[in-house]
Amino acid sequence: MATTPYRVIGTRPVRHDGADKVTGKAVYTADFKLPGLQAGFVLRSPHPHAKIVSIDTSAAEATAGVSAVVTGADFPNVQDKIAQLGEGSVNLAHLSANCMAKDKVLYKGHAVAAVSATNAHIAEEAAAKIVVEYEILPSVTDIMEAMADDAPLLHADLFTDDLGQKADTASNVAVHMHFEKGDVAAGFEQADVVVEAEFKTATVHQGYIEPHAIVADYNEDGRVRLWTATQGSFTCRQQTAEILQIGVGDVLVTPCEIGGGFGGKIAVYLEPTAAILSKKAGRPVSILMTRTDVFEATGPTPASFMRVKVGAKNDGTLIAGEAWIAYDAGAFPSGVIGHGCTCVFSCYDIEHAVVDGYDVCVNKPHTKAYRAPGATQVAFAMEQLMDELAEQLDICPLEIRMKNAVKEGSRRVDGPVYPQIGYVECLEALRDSDHWNSPLAGDNRGRGIAGGFWFGCGMKSSAACSVNSDGTINLLEGSTDIGGSRASLAMQLAETLGIESSDVNPMVGDTDSVGYTDVTGGSRVTFATGLAAYEAGIDLQSQMKVRAAELWECETSDVSIADDGTFSGNGKTAGFKDLATQLFSSGEALVGRATVAPECPTNGFAAHIVDVEVDPDTGKVTILRYTAIQDAGTAIHPSYVEGQMQGGAVQGIGWALNEEYFFNDDDQMTNASFLDYRMPTMLDVPMIDTIIVETGNADHPYGVRGVGEPPIIPPPPAIGNAIYNATQTRMRELPMSPPKVWQAMQSSD
Amino acid sequence: MKDFQYAAPTTIQAATSLLTEHGSGARILAGGTDIIVQLREGLREADIVVDIKKIPELRECQYSDESGLCLGAAVTCCEIYEDADLAGRYGALADSTHIIGGWQIQSRASVGGNLCNASPAADTIPALIVLNAEAQVTGPNGQRTIAADAFCTGPGINSLVDGEFVVAIQIPPQSASMGSAYQRFIPRNEMDIAVVGVGSWIELDADGNIANARISLGAVAATPLFAVEASQFLVGKEPSDDNFAEAAELAKQIATPITDMRGTAHYRTHLVGVLVKRTLTTALARAQA
Amino acid sequence: MTTATKKIHVTTTVNGESVEFLCEPRNSLLEVLRDTLGLTGCKEGCNNGNCGACTVIVNKLPVNSCLVFGVEAEGAEIETVEGIADANELHPIQDCFLEGAALQCGICTPGFLVSAKALLEKKPGASEETIRFDLSGNLCRCTGYDKIVRAIQAADKQMSAATVDSTTND
Repeated sequence: MATTPYRVIGTRPVRHDGADKVTGKAVYTADFKLPGLQAGFVLRSPHPHAKIVSIDTSAAEATAGVSAVVTGADFPNVQDKIAQLGEGSVNLAHLSANCMAKDKVLYKGHAVAAVSATNAHIAEEAAAKIVVEYEILPSVTDIMEAMADDAPLLHADLFTDDLGQKADTASNVAVHMHFEKGDVAAGFEQADVVVEAEFKTATVHQGYIEPHAIVADYNEDGRVRLWTATQGSFTCRQQTAEILQIGVGDVLVTPCEIGGGFGGKIAVYLEPTAAILSKKAGRPVSILMTRTDVFEATGPTPASFMRVKVGAKNDGTLIAGEAWIAYDAGAFPSGVIGHGCTCVFSCYDIEHAVVDGYDVCVNKPHTKAYRAPGATQVAFAMEQLMDELAEQLDICPLEIRMKNAVKEGSRRVDGPVYPQIGYVECLEALRDSDHWNSPLAGDNRGRGIAGGFWFGCGMKSSAACSVNSDGTINLLEGSTDIGGSRASLAMQLAETLGIESSDVNPMVGDTDSVGYTDVTGGSRVTFATGLAAYEAGIDLQSQMKVRAAELWECETSDVSIADDGTFSGNGKTAGFKDLATQLFSSGEALVGRATVAPECPTNGFAAHIVDVEVDPDTGKVTILRYTAIQDAGTAIHPSYVEGQMQGGAVQGIGWALNEEYFFNDDDQMTNASFLDYRMPTMLDVPMIDTIIVETGNADHPYGVRGVGEPPIIPPPPAIGNAIYNATQTRMRELPMSPPKVWQAMQSSD
Repeated sequence: MKDFQYAAPTTIQAATSLLTEHGSGARILAGGTDIIVQLREGLREADIVVDIKKIPELRECQYSDESGLCLGAAVTCCEIYEDADLAGRYGALADSTHIIGGWQIQSRASVGGNLCNASPAADTIPALIVLNAEAQVTGPNGQRTIAADAFCTGPGINSLVDGEFVVAIQIPPQSASMGSAYQRFIPRNEMDIAVVGVGSWIELDADGNIANARISLGAVAATPLFAVEASQFLVGKEPSDDNFAEAAELAKQIATPITDMRGTAHYRTHLVGVLVKRTLTTALARAQA
Repeated sequence: MTTATKKIHVTTTVNGESVEFLCEPRNSLLEVLRDTLGLTGCKEGCNNGNCGACTVIVNKLPVNSCLVFGVEAEGAEIETVEGIADANELHPIQDCFLEGAALQCGICTPGFLVSAKALLEKKPGASEETIRFDLSGNLCRCTGYDKIVRAIQAADKQMSAATVDSTTND
């Protein structure tokens, strides 16, 4: 590991919330209790597409122990209004309808009613007594079928936004977007070699171990108080307020500890329902989603159909690229397709490129972000085509990537020009790695590599730090902590002030306490909220300079702060804690604050290496060895950077090998359980070695780049490339599950 | 979950009374790893759940060279594979009990329950079949014995009538020249239901040839199957790769798997062949050891 | 069934202390621990025995508490994550998880700690393969398992050293 020029940054202190998390004391939403708490149960549609003709809740309401029943009729009518959620926008009418259907159900599992009662068993039994009359409609779950003219139509009022023009007949295609640079036709003319193929990927879910949960209390003063598992307290507040048609200031969101999100806990599902139940019941209501409902009724990430074509010169230079990409949006228009379009060619300099992307509605749950949303699918295509080009040109797969890797000044097909970035450095680290330089011996074994890119967000973050009489600091920030981020924020503040990480008490505030902060997502927390923590520290220091000058009887301009945070002036010096203690006894309290909204992306790149063994008798792929390489800019807490790389890699391995939504002929999901939705167990993966590359980042005082998302992108194509290397069989569909690999190996014999 | 009564009788007689009184409204609770899921999901219903774990006979696990293994119906998976002696004698049973779910499941799940749940993909049943196990059943009309390969009559359906329950599973004694094995194919390395499961048992004669053999298939039909022809083919033969391959082909012929999200029929039939060969090879090595 | 089932009175031992509670037959041990006894360390992740987030020890063995009825706790000895630390002192397995950053969101951590402690007490010196096999019933979605395995290996060393220390100190 590189030696760090910092005192605190780059070290590995125990996280501040650690003791609570290993003793069972940490309060997750389902752990939170209030007096009189009711348990809620949501009734959901068994049909993938149907009109709701009538709902009779009388038997449920009459059941002993039931405190309230709600249906779509209890939800206010919300207009078609677009709200920004962070990493995507949403139509609030759609969001509301997704929380509780009004006149139509659009997927199996779509909520139609909810019951609160003294316990969850009673609520469930009462919900079973609700009589819903459906008029079943034809349904569609396949992307290509949904795009056909005669497809069953989900929304009579959805007209394709075709490059900004609204079509005049309703369709399941919400958006067609198009990007181009150069002259693609001319480019392909100049190509010496062209590879082209179709790829498909199945729907996959983020798979967080904690189901969605909510405690809602519609208070007597008209304020709605929510305790929830959310990636963004403020976006949760906004969405809930909009759906309930009350003021944002009338909703208080307290983020509990959260058991995983990965993009799936940004949109609300239970909050409005629980709030309305609470209002009707006059008591707080708690709902914990069942695992079945998590699979069927939250936000898995799009399945895809892609056609990608790449042309290169004989020396390996890429000259032209063309991509036709369709992502399924699920029941409502989605937006993840945009990222697919921007990412498909984002790792390589290609002079001529064109990308067409389609957002397609199908009778499945509304698709959402899953860690670098939309990037993994296109990487599965592009990173394998890179290997196919390399093979045709007899060039090493690493060499062809290094030859074409984007650098500072490279222009992406959707327009942005890269500043200083680290893909080349990642590939160099790959080249120099022990893994790459270890020979792989044995039958049916192969090695594959792949790269990945995610832009990484800035967005808004706020922080406040107040100084205690002993010189320790309370850091109040608004980024819900999914992976240990409060520690890395405390570390950045500690670095800034010249104190220890353990001198900082970080706290994730609720929406009444801390300034507006955007979601924990987009790989932005360590970067943007870290920036806020840093600036809050700087603010504190400038206040302390003034106060030190008073104390030391000199001019403020005569007070200086050394790199290690020591204040000096008029012959006197004091470290931060010492000075803070002295200043506490007279004058105002010391409170620093900052609010930031950096607009620049952090541009995270990754490159992975995987060795596999394929059992030719069964098609089962075993991961023998895995190395994840990634540019973190600067690793604030290396253990948690490694953890992001390892966690993302294993999610990607699951996506590559076994995870998928199965649907029966009636378009109902058949594997809505951890039994048959097969995520990796610890027996399915080896140790995940990591190499952190640190190229710095001029847009951040400590050089941070977002690291959370890139690591999920390379595994599927790296494994696809490794399978090919082992078997000469090219897989073009995800997951590369044993029956598929075996079948493909038979066909290619 | 729908409401029910709970009873934990301490004698076989008391259990029989309860089961007879409530008929199809009674469900037996041993390890609970199937029945609790089924009750929670509404796949089965109960007026009363009868917990049999307090009946001493059902917790017994006794081996003798004369009568073999008497395995109480509530004996758990981990009690079996952690008994080195038992595990050594009954390889197929040890194999299967060690891969049903994770450790948490194995701490609770019983072989008796796995048998009675009668899933076509149950892991212990092919092992019980090749080991020639018999279920000892008691009921209002007395006691009877049901061979393992006759126990299941359809997916999730067994041959017990109302009021009956399995008290113990009797498995013949094993000699040093016998070996058995169970393997299944799953897409991950654990925590999956078998896509295909195969049990094999071999007894060698003094010359090292196969005196007797039994092969059983799971997850490829409505019930686990005893592969009669494939088994009989091996009797008297040399334990060679070619003979194992031929037995595998014969076994494939009785497989009638479905295509579902766990695998296609074609793929499952192919896997039968693969696993028959692999389990025969392991069973042979254990018989030779 | 026209009337609600009467609740059953259960006497059991949890983390070494005698405890009594009332529950319906249909309440799982997970529900009882969390909702009646206030021990919210074990979590509901799937409620059907496939994730291990609800793992507790019953009579010395790790079980999925979602697949045990509360009434079955009668006379049993139950250990939960809340009982692992000794007063204010963390157990080596807890220390090693923290030092080794073997948790991110932490939701699977109580289940892992209970399973891992049981594993190391039963099989000191367990190989990586044994650790991975025996704990395959505990799912984690955040860490990719690498640091969890390493933390367990580190705890194993600490626990063995402590055993050596305590025997040589006699």
